[in-house]
Amino acid sequence: MTAAADTAGVGILPGLRRIFATQEAVLLLALVVLVIVVGLINPRFVSERNIQSVLLGNAYIAVAAIGMSMVIISGNIDISVGSLIGVLATLSGSLAVNGVPIILCWLIPLVVGSLVTGFMGLLVAYLRIPAIVVSLGMLSILKGGLISVTGGDWITDLPEGYHLAQMRPFDIPMPIYFMVILTIGAAIWMRYSVTGRSIYAVGGNAEAARLSGISRERTIVKVFLIHGVFVGIASVLFATQLSIIQSTVPPNLELTIITASVVGGVSILGGVGTVIGSTFAAVLLAAIGSALIFVNLSPYWLRAVQGVLILVTVLADIYRRRRMSRRR
Amino acid sequence: MAETDMAPSARPATSGKRRFQFGHEALLLVLLVVSLFVLATQSDVFLTTANLLNQGRLMTEVAIVALPMTMIIVTGGIDLSVGSMLGLSAIMLGYSWHNLGLPLEVACVVAVLTGTAAGFFNGLLVTRTKVPPLIATLATLALFRGLAEGISEARSVRGYPEWFYRLGQGEVLGVPSQLWILLVAIVIAWIVMARTTFGRSLYAIGHNEVAARFSGIAVDRCKLIIYTASGFTSGLAGLIFVSRVSTTRSDMGTGLELDVIAAVVLGGTSIFGGVGTIVGTVLGFVLIQVLKNGLALTGVTSDATIVVIGTVLIGSILLTNFISRRRRGDG
Repeated sequence: MTAAADTAGVGILPGLRRIFATQEAVLLLALVVLVIVVGLINPRFVSERNIQSVLLGNAYIAVAAIGMSMVIISGNIDISVGSLIGVLATLSGSLAVNGVPIILCWLIPLVVGSLVTGFMGLLVAYLRIPAIVVSLGMLSILKGGLISVTGGDWITDLPEGYHLAQMRPFDIPMPIYFMVILTIGAAIWMRYSVTGRSIYAVGGNAEAARLSGISRERTIVKVFLIHGVFVGIASVLFATQLSIIQSTVPPNLELTIITASVVGGVSILGGVGTVIGSTFAAVLLAAIGSALIFVNLSPYWLRAVQGVLILVTVLADIYRRRRMSRRR
Repeated sequence: MAETDMAPSARPATSGKRRFQFGHEALLLVLLVVSLFVLATQSDVFLTTANLLNQGRLMTEVAIVALPMTMIIVTGGIDLSVGSMLGLSAIMLGYSWHNLGLPLEVACVVAVLTGTAAGFFNGLLVTRTKVPPLIATLATLALFRGLAEGISEARSVRGYPEWFYRLGQGEVLGVPSQLWILLVAIVIAWIVMARTTFGRSLYAIGHNEVAARFSGIAVDRCKLIIYTASGFTSGLAGLIFVSRVSTTRSDMGTGLELDVIAAVVLGGTSIFGGVGTIVGTVLGFVLIQVLKNGLALTGVTSDATIVVIGTVLIGSILLTNFISRRRRGDG
């Protein structure tokens, strides 16, 4: 991708080259190429129905990846997010079944999610326990807690009007609105708000951030609190997309969400990345999964191909960054 | 930790970190003894040789993989792909024996070699491309699991000859066979970490990689070796796992990485690198298994037990942080 931009970039404005040098542009280009190529092989891939189902089934991953990206940009990580989505989805469903007003069933998971991640943020910020350790412990607590409370039972008989993710204002599924609006909102917030900028500062160079008067501790707690809200929204979308709620989430969900952030260009070392990139990556990864089915690849090989593609994306990103830093 | 004292002004926390180690291991030992005592009073079965040996059997796969994981985390790295390497090795065992018709002895070698090669690939990724280990092994976690699913087409293999089960279900001198393997592995890992130049280099890399490079340590070679070792033990654990449960499935070892990392971190190894011992890790995985089994015997469900382990993990780190800060006098 970089080579193509280089040869074409001789007479073109340097600004264009800069745009092509961003991970977001690379992902978008990859998505366009994928859609055209697979669309030519099998036109049903670009049918409205398939596009909607891909976006619908994965919007909650993109939403959770927004919060995850913020956490990773701040130099931390949360590997408990998969279990937390499971816990909050079950909580939301249980409230709904027990006659709690539906609006509260949608909002309480946001509050509880924020409390759980905020607690982790406190441990990370003030007691300086590495986030990976805190969230590893939290993962066990949430996973074990969920199954021992629910006994692995599914929640059925959910009330009328509860299924937020199945609503279709203007004939477009609700989760797509959430994904788009939250991504744009979060991107603007990360770029222009004081807190957003301080997240980058703390993740990029905690000492420099401290010297310029940014409180590392308060910024990290804020990031985790906000992350919890996004996890809460993701869990409500997850809970309301089917007519039942299972007490299990897809295996390795936390890794899928982290992968979306990382493939989206968020540096695991902190300080670098955007939430737009992570949403593009979540959509691209979902589209790849769907595309493999439409080109009649044996479903058994799906994960292997996905693994190779993730590896290629990560390597391409490293290669591109190295070239860019050399050029400078 | 003598070498790290060369720049005392730059590393004021070094002596504190050393005490952290002793403090943490002592804490784990106390926790272990208390758990053993309390659980023994709650259940007649718990503190019997038969039960304890059986628990050792169940613990071996996580334990054996936790040894090189300790080395990797000490260098400041991580290996998330161990569960997938275990799964891939197990599948290669079944595939080369059942589908390719190789003798089972050869298939065992193929399985362990597969794990080793997978670990070597991780090592190459980490050292040659400079992708952060967390990301590199996150990608290979997906890749290796995908290969396991693709090669096996999600079919399980059973019906291994009787001799093969001796590894995972048999006994040697009254002790489960795999515990002997684990014991040898622990001794080797302990000697490597505590008594060899190579082991000291790992700590140096974890403390300050650039400084280690400048002082002539072959950083990349060290890393390549430990990531390969991680693949090797994952392959070995795959073999033991198949032999213990008598069947091969492509989802074997899913989530193993988190159990392993939990044991290592509970053992006092710092996720930032530079600090950690094999003794700590051994205490870590033994304590986890004791809690799992003891609580199960006293009627706590296995899911509630996971909650306890998560709490112990966070609590023990908190407590040690607190103690070491108090001792250093800045808490």
